[in-house]
Amino acid sequence: MSYLLPFLLALLQLQAAPSVVEISAKRFEFTPKEIHLRAGEPVTIRLIATDRAHGLLIKDLGLDLDADVDHPDSATITPAHPGKYAAICDHYCGSGHGNMRMTFIVE
Amino acid sequence: MKRRDFLKISGTALGGAALLRFTTTTAAASLLAKKNGEAPTPFSIVQLSDTHVGFQGPPDPLGTKAFERAVDLINDLHPRPDLILFTGDLTHDSDDPAEHAKRMKSFRTIADRLRVKTRYHVPGEHDAALDGGVLFRENFGETHYSFDHRGVHFIALDNVSLGKPIVGPAQLAWLKNDLARYPKTAPIIVFTHRPLFDLRTDWEWFTGDGDAVTNALAPYDNVTVLYGHIHRVDHHTTGKIQHHAARSLIFGFPDPAATADKKPLPFDAAEPFRNLGIRQLRGAPPSIDDVELTSVDDSGLTAILGNNGIQQFAKGDFA
Repeated sequence: MSYLLPFLLALLQLQAAPSVVEISAKRFEFTPKEIHLRAGEPVTIRLIATDRAHGLLIKDLGLDLDADVDHPDSATITPAHPGKYAAICDHYCGSGHGNMRMTFIVE
Repeated sequence: MKRRDFLKISGTALGGAALLRFTTTTAAASLLAKKNGEAPTPFSIVQLSDTHVGFQGPPDPLGTKAFERAVDLINDLHPRPDLILFTGDLTHDSDDPAEHAKRMKSFRTIADRLRVKTRYHVPGEHDAALDGGVLFRENFGETHYSFDHRGVHFIALDNVSLGKPIVGPAQLAWLKNDLARYPKTAPIIVFTHRPLFDLRTDWEWFTGDGDAVTNALAPYDNVTVLYGHIHRVDHHTTGKIQHHAARSLIFGFPDPAATADKKPLPFDAAEPFRNLGIRQLRGAPPSIDDVELTSVDDSGLTAILGNNGIQQFAKGDFA
């Protein structure tokens, strides 16, 4: 049975690690436009910029990412309260920047 | 309030945004002179904001017409303001640097018609966020600076050219050094593009390190912040600091407390300058009620006359 030990340890680590959600950013849109998270569960948000520098900001969730091409950024958050949170790009990227947004839904 | 009543009270009409007329009581001026080295003497300034030269398309088909009208109205002011402050988004950006430069030149051509020749500018993100402020500096010099005028210390802050909506550590250090030269009683006017407090973060109506700026300003008794960006009138107080937003000269935004969507207010052909506005702030002693009176002219241009501002000079402490 000892041969199963490394496998079980790896499984435990996998379970403890927060899930990762990737968000892609390009002028003037995020993909996906909406993600669903669970209150109280840690999650790592990874921002990938495909054309130039972009930000991803939700002050109420303490999330503030800055990514550039070939330089993704990530942070782990644990949303405390259910709700609908608007995320914006806060790195000015052109005249359509003001409408570059997406939604985090915490359930 | 009717237009002629407004004209009677204000003595003039004002295009663009805000006029602050500073007057102080003799006792207040004398005390400030002892404390600050130079007594504030009566004068007025005009704030213009968000002209967005080069913007095309809905909701506003008027291009630069509101800006040009504002210039005419300011030129008719008597007495003439000492200074004009432009609080950003002078131009609408373009991906083509040559086109953006052309828009900046158009802005300067219109602004040069102002008979008030002492003018100061700070950039908005549409002016300086894509190129780090290169075009702005070519036209107007540094994006942050300070100067004194008739006993008032003016501070221009740049919260856009780093790409992120921040002042940044270097400028913050400069601000602290600049402020350290002045007594806590000095009248200070900060002018910048974005609000220095969280007005509505999901509409990008904030400055990321605005708290650090207001903390640096907090020990000072007489601070007024003038800003633009939000295309609507707003008054706000943080500690002893008063923040006043000016209207835009291109299109208005709605009340963020009344709607979830950040969409420009619709254009009204019957009143083409509706929601663009005229905002006039007039200083007055604290014995006069702090009220705002609104007037709308035939084109829909709105003028608001208030006495915000002067209480920063003539608090009861000084009388």
